[in-house]
Amino acid sequence: MAILQTHDMAVGFGQGSKRTTLLKGLNLKLEQGSLVALLGRNGAGKSTLIRAITCDNAPIEGSVEIDGNPSSLITKHQLSRLVALVATERIMGGAFTISELVALGRQPHTGFLGRLSKHDKEVVNQCLEAVGISHKAQQHIASLSDGERQKAMIAKALAQETPIIVLDEPTAFLDVASRIETMQLLHKLAHEQNKAVLLSSHDISQSLLLADELWVITSDHEVITGSTETVVMSGAMDRVFGDTSIFFNGNLCDYEAQLPTKVKVKLKCDDSNLTRCMTNALLRNGIAIDAASPFVLEIVASDKITLPNGKIVASVKDVVEYFK
Amino acid sequence: MANTGSHRFSVVTIVLTSMLLVLVVACLLFGSVHIDASVIFSILMGNDSGNAALNTIVLESRVPMILTAILAGAALSVSGLLLQTTFNNPLAGPSILGVSTGAGLGVAIVMLAMGGTIGGVMGDTIGGYMATLLAAILGAAVVLVILMVFASIVKSSTMLLIMGILVSYLASSIISLLNSVATEQGLQSYVYWGFGNFTGVSLDQMPIFAIVIVLSLVASMLMIKPLNALLLGTRYAQNLGVNTHRTRNLLLLITGVLTAVVTAFCGPIGFLGLVVPHIARLALNTSDHSRLMPVTMLTGAVTALLCSLISVSSPHGIIPINAITPIIGVPIIIYIIINRRKINYFN
Repeated sequence: MAILQTHDMAVGFGQGSKRTTLLKGLNLKLEQGSLVALLGRNGAGKSTLIRAITCDNAPIEGSVEIDGNPSSLITKHQLSRLVALVATERIMGGAFTISELVALGRQPHTGFLGRLSKHDKEVVNQCLEAVGISHKAQQHIASLSDGERQKAMIAKALAQETPIIVLDEPTAFLDVASRIETMQLLHKLAHEQNKAVLLSSHDISQSLLLADELWVITSDHEVITGSTETVVMSGAMDRVFGDTSIFFNGNLCDYEAQLPTKVKVKLKCDDSNLTRCMTNALLRNGIAIDAASPFVLEIVASDKITLPNGKIVASVKDVVEYFK
Repeated sequence: MANTGSHRFSVVTIVLTSMLLVLVVACLLFGSVHIDASVIFSILMGNDSGNAALNTIVLESRVPMILTAILAGAALSVSGLLLQTTFNNPLAGPSILGVSTGAGLGVAIVMLAMGGTIGGVMGDTIGGYMATLLAAILGAAVVLVILMVFASIVKSSTMLLIMGILVSYLASSIISLLNSVATEQGLQSYVYWGFGNFTGVSLDQMPIFAIVIVLSLVASMLMIKPLNALLLGTRYAQNLGVNTHRTRNLLLLITGVLTAVVTAFCGPIGFLGLVVPHIARLALNTSDHSRLMPVTMLTGAVTALLCSLISVSSPHGIIPINAITPIIGVPIIIYIIINRRKINYFN
């Protein structure tokens, strides 16, 4: 059974006559043990949808149901034991140690004064272990890299011991290595700790690789959901940007620009990496690849290209010169 | 290391407590009149020294001044700590945000309405100083509500500080307008009150002063859990189950009462509320309120006692407290602003 579902939910912002509905008719489901990536362009309503799911903002229409109860009947305190959040906001307590930060995640379980029991301390240590940051437990948050800081925030969310973890663009400020590491960590947590993990992201390739399910917001305000492979094969990815100059490349698992080209050529090359590099180089110089083209370029190396007239040149520039 | 953290806390607490004791003794011994230590000790032990003037100086001047300085210092400093966390702004404080001036305006209005003098005497009757006290709390509350409204409109913490300074100017100008119709005596005692002093609480008034402050300090200690959550920002705090709206209102109420009580009795004392929480953070190197709160109280008491000692150490009469606090406070604030990239609790 889904741990969280929405019923005919509509989300948006503003109030009264200035109210704008972004998405409507949403019947979404989050299952435990599964990583869901929420994709969509800027302004599509990812954050608004996340705020509705975490019950920060009430939906305009419809309702959210968590663990069998409508959100209107769930108190703030109960909610803090159901949904843990990792937001994008920078935090102010730079002189908390990582361990103290993660211990704050125990607040929904501790008493009035917030004193940690032995069990609380064990949970904190397990969570530090689970995200792989135990060795920095006694360092200040301020001394961490962005990637480590994000891991610490994820550990805080884990310490809340909620069935659901929601992350608003967890990889936004991270370099590629930390992005991949964070996504792998979230995938592992979803599966090993049976969490329902929902994250919004602009990192298409990592999401397609590691998410079990996708919620894709299209440019015409529809949310297409399903297993990652089903959603991708349905062509939903092409509808994210209502813009013909950008298209989804299924091979690369990412978007590409539709560059203006004047000439088409056929490539002959044995190395797939080299083929991809040369395709890109030719594309940005206005030469498209088409297997049916009568002009054949034989690529031996990136600086050894045989032109259709048999002449060997050393760069793409010379190829462009030839087609002029 | 959690152990290093609590070790550091113990060391800081022991050092501060020792300083507090030394300063208490110093404040008993030194003053504009020289009294022998043995005489002071004997008077404190309940013996009559046989000299009514000496009895009065020790029991009705020095002892109340020490108690007032300790309570006022702790109150203003905790008030600053609560404001800094509530407004998410390390440069917030009761005087810089105009809370003290708001309380002062309340005091000025009541004093004028009662035709009496301001500050120097908190009204001779219980009703008199209760009215002053309530007016001060109301004045502080009005400023805090205005700040809350501004804080929800302008998100920038610098802009909020400027708003606080503007509100403070406005309250000051209303006070000046009120003073222009005040009696000469009233004006004089208002000016004296504005200098700040820890000698305005008589032994009769001490119980109410002490009870209000101690209760408010206990209330602040009970807010440690939500205060720590608030350091992560409103959204995270809500997600941890904190009712942020109610918590903010409670914190501002405590801040208002602490600032108002001290301001009504001691005048608008600057810098303590802003600086002391930073001294506590630098000493402990932590953001954790469960350690910051007690150390802020102790540091506030020590700093206020030190100011108090300096204020009575001149042979030419009493130096105003507000002439001393900036000399201690300003260098620390400048140090903090210059080094903020290196100070962990800022980042």
